[in-house]
Amino acid sequence: MAFAAFATAEAQPQAPKRKSRIALFLLLPGILYLVLFFLTPLISLLLTSLQVPSELGDIGQFDYAFNWQNYVDVVQLYWPHILRSFGYALAATVFALLFSYPLAYFIGVKARRWPLLQSLMLVLVIAPFFISFLLRTLAWKQILSDESFIITSLKALSLLAPDAHFTGTPFAVIFGLTYNFIPFMTLPLYTTLERLDLRYLEAGSDLYANPFTVFRKITIPLSMPGIVAGTLLTFIPAAGDYVNASRDFLGGPDTQMMGNVIEANFLVLLNYPAAAALSIILMAAILVLVGVYVKRSGTEDLL
Amino acid sequence: MAVREFAERGADLELVGIQKRFPGFTAIEELDLVIPAGSFFALLGPSGCGKTTTLRLVAGLEEPTRGRILIGGKDVTDTKSHERPVNTVFQSYALFPHMTIIENVAFGLKRRRIQDPMGKAHEALKLVELDHLSQRRPQQLSGGQQQRVALARAIVNRPALLLLDEPLGALDLKLRRQMQLELKTIQEEVGLTFLHVTHDQEEAMTMADTVAVMNKGAIEQMGAPEELYDLPRTAFVANFLGQSNLFTGQVVGTTADAITVDAAGSRIVVPTARAQRHQGEVTVGVRPEKVTLHTDAPAETAGRNLLGPGRVIDVSFSGVSTQYLVDLGALGTVLVFAQNVGFAPVAGLGTEVWLSWDVTHGFGLDDEPAEAGRFPADDTTSSIAVQRREALVSELEEH
Repeated sequence: MAFAAFATAEAQPQAPKRKSRIALFLLLPGILYLVLFFLTPLISLLLTSLQVPSELGDIGQFDYAFNWQNYVDVVQLYWPHILRSFGYALAATVFALLFSYPLAYFIGVKARRWPLLQSLMLVLVIAPFFISFLLRTLAWKQILSDESFIITSLKALSLLAPDAHFTGTPFAVIFGLTYNFIPFMTLPLYTTLERLDLRYLEAGSDLYANPFTVFRKITIPLSMPGIVAGTLLTFIPAAGDYVNASRDFLGGPDTQMMGNVIEANFLVLLNYPAAAALSIILMAAILVLVGVYVKRSGTEDLL
Repeated sequence: MAVREFAERGADLELVGIQKRFPGFTAIEELDLVIPAGSFFALLGPSGCGKTTTLRLVAGLEEPTRGRILIGGKDVTDTKSHERPVNTVFQSYALFPHMTIIENVAFGLKRRRIQDPMGKAHEALKLVELDHLSQRRPQQLSGGQQQRVALARAIVNRPALLLLDEPLGALDLKLRRQMQLELKTIQEEVGLTFLHVTHDQEEAMTMADTVAVMNKGAIEQMGAPEELYDLPRTAFVANFLGQSNLFTGQVVGTTADAITVDAAGSRIVVPTARAQRHQGEVTVGVRPEKVTLHTDAPAETAGRNLLGPGRVIDVSFSGVSTQYLVDLGALGTVLVFAQNVGFAPVAGLGTEVWLSWDVTHGFGLDDEPAEAGRFPADDTTSSIAVQRREALVSELEEH
């Protein structure tokens, strides 16, 4: 299947206990890759986050140390951005889920009888990927800007207050995040719903459950792997996103997220330890949130 | 809402002029059926004959193109499936994989807000001897166990009408007999109405009080199992329900109580009362176990049909009986089942044999599409059920 990559893995039968040299040998390229391109940068990032400014050096020159004070400083300075990041990411995830679930349900369940329509709709879901992410976000900036045709028309029709504007507001940022991550939500939902056995729904209906109860007690729990995969694929990149919230795109000074301050610290302020500390905090927070979420959603039964 | 309470007793099921078309084909042409309350009714037929569609129509999972469905005298044609006092044991079991066994069984009770759903669910599981597995997940159970859970999940609701879609297919013989007995007991205790869909003629005959043989979206013949076996009305029934030897020929003589058929030169006599058609070209038949095999030419006797000589072309020994295939030339081949009372087999391959059977065992077919019959409301249904149950009890004790 084209989108199998998004599906949650099937439960694997228990591996034989005997360790095989061949297996180790086959794993070697993967392990090397991870060590080289994941573990090394991670350690480097961790070390950077603990650095102190060089006493005699220029701005942007740092020495290795164990200055955990960096973490306290960035949290004190940037806690609104940290909270905003997770708040926006959460809102975007919820909106994307609310939008994608009915869409994925239609493509995966209702459209089963018409395979052509099913493929067409899937292509439409993926079609935005053919255009650069940045261009699409810029396009939305045009559409939502105060001078755009749509906004001026809405104002002329008194459907919008004359002083209303969208760009630079939390609305525009959350809108942009939601829009950009909808395919990542829709595709995993589609893969689970496409495999949803409708006989379970019939059995529920036969056992006196009305359509709403069938949806709540049977459809939702059975599509949980897709919901978990989709929300993770949306929430994690959305929390670290810096394009939508950037002043050059849909955001403004009051909508800066963690990605934006990390960018500013790395590229503008040249405060590498602060940027690295923020990155580590972002990563750790996501790891904890996701861990709790996966544990709580109880999808291990369905895997 | 009516489904909030347990059914006091089984309900009549009435199908009036049902037709079901799907895009491209017609599953049910025209179906009229009355199943009286408390009976165990089996719809028997090959796959694709429309029996499962009938079941789904009754459960409310499909809508009929035409016709009405009445349960307990109430028209439920437009009622949604979750509001019908009906439960189904699905062929695929359809146990919810994300719930434990006990949650599965209690699901219907909870939806109807019945008191003490867990207690009742445990009782139902005890009935199918699976209470010790109540905390497991369906995929941790074997096929047979899942089937029993599906059964418990349906009967715990005490529906007025219980629909069974080949529910015993995955069970081994002993468990199957046990479940059959269990079902019969439940049926008698609660007086539920059972509608059982199966392609297994043995299952239909051992369990049901009334069997309806379905073919191509219509009922070919309906009646008590013995009656159907003893006197099939069409070639389809004669061959689907057990096996038959059929001969076709012109009626050449008619007396007050018998007709004589000339089948490729041999005369076969069939009682008038057991023949559907009395003139022209007719098909007559006899069951293989009613036929006697003779190795010497027997004398012609009144009251017995005699065919032969023919040659044994196949012998297969199956313990209690031996099956012979006899080539009678122009008459075709005839199947004979002989009980191995003495030392078997009595005739080897190529032996010249004669065949005879009691005239009263023959039957004459009506090979025009049979009208969908109506089930006569008779009061022997329960007595048949009791007999059946006793037979099952003694069979189980033997094992």
